Formats: sequence, C-alpha cells, structure tokens
Amino acid sequence: MKLNELTIKEARAGLDTKKFSAVDLAKACLERIKERNSEINAFITVCEESALQEAKRADEMIAKGEALPLTGIPFSVKDAIDTANVRSTASAKILDNYIPPFDATVVKKIRQQGGVLIGKTNCDAFGHGASNENSMYGPVRNPHNLSKVAGGSSGGSAASVADNMCLFSLAEDTGGSIRQPASFCGIVGLRPSYGRNSRFGIMPMASSFDTVGPMTKTVEDMAIVMQVIAGQDNLDATTVPDRVPDYLSEIGGSVKGLRVGVPREYFDNDNIDKEIKKIVEAQIKNLEKQGMKIVDVSLPLTKYAIAVYYILVPSEDSSNLGRLDGVRYGVRAPGESLFDLYAQSREQGFPEEVKRRILIGTYALSAGYYDAYYKKAQQVRTLIRQDFDRVFGEIDVLVTPTSPFAAFAIGEKANDPIQMYLADIFVSPACSAGIPGISVNGGFTKSGLPVGVQIMGPRLSEGLVMKVANNLSK
Amino acid sequence: MSISIEEVRKIAQLARIKLTTEEEQRHAQTISTVLDFVRTLNEVDTTGVEPTAQVTGLEDVVRFDMTEDCPHKKELLAQMPLVENNLLKVPAVFKDSEE
Repeated sequence: MKLNELTIKEARAGLDTKKFSAVDLAKACLERIKERNSEINAFITVCEESALQEAKRADEMIAKGEALPLTGIPFSVKDAIDTANVRSTASAKILDNYIPPFDATVVKKIRQQGGVLIGKTNCDAFGHGASNENSMYGPVRNPHNLSKVAGGSSGGSAASVADNMCLFSLAEDTGGSIRQPASFCGIVGLRPSYGRNSRFGIMPMASSFDTVGPMTKTVEDMAIVMQVIAGQDNLDATTVPDRVPDYLSEIGGSVKGLRVGVPREYFDNDNIDKEIKKIVEAQIKNLEKQGMKIVDVSLPLTKYAIAVYYILVPSEDSSNLGRLDGVRYGVRAPGESLFDLYAQSREQGFPEEVKRRILIGTYALSAGYYDAYYKKAQQVRTLIRQDFDRVFGEIDVLVTPTSPFAAFAIGEKANDPIQMYLADIFVSPACSAGIPGISVNGGFTKSGLPVGVQIMGPRLSEGLVMKVANNLSK
Repeated sequence: MSISIEEVRKIAQLARIKLTTEEEQRHAQTISTVLDFVRTLNEVDTTGVEPTAQVTGLEDVVRFDMTEDCPHKKELLAQMPLVENNLLKVPAVFKDSEE
C-alpha cells in the first residue's frame, strides 16, 4: 500500500514506530497530486516547499518523542479558510492574490501539532454551490468518475481525501458543503454543531449557519481530528464553553438499545432516487441487526428548509461579502470614482452564483421586504428547530440519505439554480437547527458512484453521531 | 416576473455591483424563480413565533476593553492594492456628490 493511501490512525502508528518518515509521507501525497491534479483539479495551491519543511520539523518532533496525534500528518484546507502566508482565494478572482497574515484557529491548532499543510483546495466560490462548478478556477472532477461533479461547495477537499492526495481535509459546511461532497466522493464528512468549532479565519458566508469541520477516510480519523480542533475560542464569541468530550472513547461504546429515528419525509419517493433509497434502507437494517431500535418519525417542516435557507443565507451573505470591495486587500479593479472601484472590483471578482445571492440577500433585507422575507424565514427557522427538539425527545439519532441522488454529470444542473439548491434538501434542515450531521459511505450505485448515509443528533452530540456512523460502516 | 429589470438595477446599485445588460436580464429571471420558490413559506403559520437570530443561546459574551498591538502590520500593508507612505491609497471619497 502506498503511504498516501493510509488513514491517520495507520500513519500515526507507522510514523511513531519509524517505519517511514513524515517527509516520506508528504512526498507520497505530493507525488499523487502531481499524478492526478491536472485531471481532478482538487488543488488551487500546492505547498510543495513549505510542506517538506513542515514534514522535516515534524520528523524532529517525532525523533524527540514529542509526537502529538496529528504530527507529520499531511492535510489540505479549503481555499475559503485562512492559512498564514499561503495564498487563499475562496475560489474567487477578487482574492486571486490574497495572502492571509494569520491562520484560522482550527488550522493553527493542527499546524502547532506539526500537521503538514499540503495545499489549498478548490471549492465553489465563497462556499456558494453544491457541485464545485461555481469556482473561478475550474470545476473539480469526481475521483470515482471524472465526468461527474465532486459535489460542493467543498468538492476539492472531498476529492483530495477520496483520491489519497492527503490524509484529511478541513472544510466548512453552511448548507451541506461538507456532507454532500463527502457523500458524492465516498468519504466521511462531519458538520459539527454550530459553535462547537471556532469560525475565526473561516471566510464568512452566513454567520449564523457557518461551521468548520473535518473530511476524513474513516470515522475513527474523524474523531482524532475533531479532538484537536474543537473547543471555545476567545477570537470567536459564538463558540460554546461546553467541554470537549473524549471522542475516541465515545465512538467505541456499545450501540445496543439506541433509538434511531427514520423521518418519513426524507424517504418520500418523489424526492429521492430509488437506488439511493434501497442502499440507505439496507444500512438501517444493518443498524437494527446491531441492536439499535428503529423508530418511524415525522419532521413535517422538512420541506420548508430550503426556502428558509435561501432567504436567510443570501441575506447574511450579502452583508458579509460587503467587505470584499477591492479597497484594502484582494484585486482592485481600476475605477474613476469610489463607486466605480467597488462596482467593477465586485463585478469582475465574483462568479455568477455569488452575485445572484448577494442580489437576493440585498433585496430580502431592503426596506419594505424585510418582514415578508427575512423575518418570516427566521420564524420558520424557529419552527424547524422545535421540530427537531420534539423528535429528539423520542429518539437518540436520526438516519437519512445525505443526498437525493449520487454525483451528477458536470454541466447537468449548472443552468438551473433551483435544481442545484434542491440538491441540499436532506442536509439543509440540520443547518437551520444548528445540530450536527455526519455523512459516511453506505454503498455504491450500479454505476459505481458512492452513496452517503447521514446521521444527525441533538446539539453537541458529535460523539454519539460518530459512534452510530462508526457502526454503520462495519 | 416577480422582479423587474429596473428592480435588479436598483439592487445592484445598493450592492455595488456593475452588472452588464445581459446579466441584468438573466438575474431578473433567475431571481424571480427563486422568489417564487421561497414564497412557499407563506403556507406556514408563524403567529406568535419568535424569530431565530442565533442557535447557541449565548448572551453578552464580552472581554475587557483593552488595546493590543497588531502583530501583522507589515503583512497587512503588503496586502493593500495601493500604498503610499505607509498609507492605503483610495479614490477621493467626496469627489462625486451624487454617490
């Protein structure tokens, strides 16, 4: 087996027993990237030189017996997340030349341990999309089938892990952007509870929806990375003070007697591919065999989640993206007046979907429309939260498909925004409620495409959600 | 269409984006479709329901009002598109009285 094909757990063992070095491991990943990136386009920036230096320092830590869980482990970071002294574009031309002076908190925690930053991954610009076709640096192709999308918005991160270009990735999920590409690429993706991980250095999209989470090859690896990055941060006032549990011991516990809710709205024949439904239902039987109790439940507000999302997120988004104006950083278009400078920089620097959402958000928040759209959506959001609260009174976790279909063809949905938005019907509700959701591979379609199964739990139940997911993949 | 090209023009002005005529047309169409789609929320009875602004329930997260020196001054200046005498250069703010 090639070194880049290892899991974090296996790599840790190999590094600590000196079977190979962190430099060997980094070189294997860089080799793979050279081999495959021109086809897959997972990376916008590859950090060959600095990665090898970081790997060398990691080897020194290991030699001194000072290795921590992620020392020497090569990882990628979505380009919408700040990495010190490494170009970060968010896949938009307006930041084509932007070099952050600081690391995002979650990145810092990993690099301080000696994690090796291999490169920055392609994504839908500023997180806007469900296919990675809204990148101004070209689409990302699915490693399982190059004519298909990798999913979005974290397509590059998903593909980089699925294709063994690195051992894990850090990405963000606002409306499904970690879970959906994880499902399309057959890997594990966790959206943590809102406030569990620090958003400092995560380029903001929708401040009350954004989360940052890992993408890994296994659930055990997920627990390892979450242990390192989770926790309160003084630089992010929306992080919760709750103690971070021992995730590795939580995922190993028994699942007997756990009540698994199957919400009927997620299995409605009108909304889901027959093949997907069969695969997920087979996985539910798998859980039952392990002693979990399967309970039929209903979440009637499910069908409104996308509408709520596409009012609130563009609104918060239009506000956050106001900072990208060509004035203090990024690419400044020439302009005779100040207005021209703003208007041209933003026209040239953003792709179509980003402009669309800024316009929708500006409209929804403008005088005369605020109550009809924004306030109404916030109220329905409350009802969605209550829907989940009620159901979690009867069951411990929910199991659903992650996506209504497997990876679609590049270009298939690019011209129909609503069709693209509906790709997120199963991952969107968790975002309104601020609850965690994990996607693990549950099987493959007849044509060989991965199908993700999603587990959701109450707020701050990452350990439980990972435990059930861990048992699914057995 | 739920939204006219004039309205798109007005919003683009507020959002400081200079759209082409083609884009104005396209956006008027797609945004109308999105607005029609989100109107389904009117089916939901929200009488007396509190709006959700944030999901953590946290309140008044504060710190002491103390100044700290910025450690990244050089790097931040290096990111600025146009610098003169260690100052960020921009077009005159009050030159055009219409805007």
